[in-house]
Amino acid sequence: MESFSLILAIVVVTALAFDFTNGFHDTANAMATTISTGALKPKVAVAMSAVLNLVGAFLSVEVANTISKGLVDEAGIRPEVIFAALVGAILWNLLTWLVGLPSSSSHALMGGLIGATVASAGFGAVHGDVLVTKVLIPAIAAPLVAGVAAMFATRLTYRLGRDADGKASAKGYRAGQIASAGLVSLAHGTNDAQKTMGIITLALVAGGTLAPDSDPPMWVILSAGIAIALGTYLGGWRIIRTMGKGLTDLRPQQGFAAQTSAATVILASSHLGFSLSTTHSVSGAVMGAGLGRKGGVVRWSTATRMFVAWGLTLPAAALVAAVAEWVCGFGDWGTALVAVFLVASSAAIWKISRREVVDHTNVNDHDVSGEEPSGVVTQAIAAVTPPPAGTVGEEATAGTAGEELAAAIPAPAPTDPASPPARTTV
Amino acid sequence: MKIDWAALGSVFGVSLVVTVALVALFTLGINGLSRQERAAAEGRSAALAVTGAYACFAACAAAVAYGIYLIMA
Repeated sequence: MESFSLILAIVVVTALAFDFTNGFHDTANAMATTISTGALKPKVAVAMSAVLNLVGAFLSVEVANTISKGLVDEAGIRPEVIFAALVGAILWNLLTWLVGLPSSSSHALMGGLIGATVASAGFGAVHGDVLVTKVLIPAIAAPLVAGVAAMFATRLTYRLGRDADGKASAKGYRAGQIASAGLVSLAHGTNDAQKTMGIITLALVAGGTLAPDSDPPMWVILSAGIAIALGTYLGGWRIIRTMGKGLTDLRPQQGFAAQTSAATVILASSHLGFSLSTTHSVSGAVMGAGLGRKGGVVRWSTATRMFVAWGLTLPAAALVAAVAEWVCGFGDWGTALVAVFLVASSAAIWKISRREVVDHTNVNDHDVSGEEPSGVVTQAIAAVTPPPAGTVGEEATAGTAGEELAAAIPAPAPTDPASPPARTTV
Repeated sequence: MKIDWAALGSVFGVSLVVTVALVALFTLGINGLSRQERAAAEGRSAALAVTGAYACFAACAAAVAYGIYLIMA
């Protein structure tokens, strides 16, 4: 760690911040079904998921070693490019968390990498066909595969289990849900913590601190695992609420079928070489389980908003990353400006989130008939649209966001004992 | 552009079969246990149902173990 330049340190910290947002953004994937069906208490569920994420981080370095290969030319990668990519990915993660929509953290990261690479090396450096095969097709396939499997599984478990009732049945479905949710957590820790390890390692190699083709050093593995576990423990309650209550009303049988389907799809896809996003698989499985029960409904308005968010993930993260890379190109003060902008907009998003707090106490209070969700979403989108889309007048936006940050600091929300899911993440 | 339809197809097939099979096994296990619960309430024993139930759960546990093995591999 001798020749550790400032930009490298910034990249490492930003990568860990991304890992942290990744953690709380994706808690829902593992635990939304168990929390909404009451199989586990919310706090217990996120604690279990956090521990399994941490364990998962140490299980393998396979993913970390193959990160970002193929999508962009590594030759064009400088630490600033990675920094810009992470800025795009973090902001998109925070924004979707604010509006409570599950979206793929991996897509955000890929979008960020693509945008920053295009801004730095031109469109030629991005492999369009890889984009289609690795991003577009899986995004359509994952919810379909998981949804169809969950739908049949739900039908089957209702038909086979129509004589099962009483304590044994309730206990059984509870145990089954916990087991499958644990498996998803473990797989998430292995996959997503490793993505951060891969990014940090890539930055260290690009910065000349590590020899090319090295494995991630121990401190990288440790810090990435801890960052994702902390994020998971804070819990992205807004997204958990959408996934567990917003898309459909889950009963224990459905929760079990959905989570089992998601776990199977995630493991089968990563093992058979056609990687599918965890978020997309779980969302699809939950909807499939909703359709599988007689009288079950899927709230297509929520689902549509989620699909739109999926479609926007890559271009939005790419756009922010491209702008960030362009500003970084002005030299050190440009990089500093982007860093300040990231901190300021993270703080702004967190401040907006305090207007309507969602935490472990009210994560299951989804009012179906009320207009509350759409109201919040519209309001939140209206409130935060300017900063991330700030292609024009980056400096001006950063300035206003900075003022908002200054306003945010003296008000650390002392009224709420629960930890805020998105503290200023840098 | 080369889309690996074979891999996608096998992911679809494997996921569908494994999910449905696992959920079926688990539901049968739960059925066995709840039959035993009823039998116990009426003072009968249901040894066969319980044995079958535990066999089902053992198969599910094996699947979970295989899943963990896949994560580590």
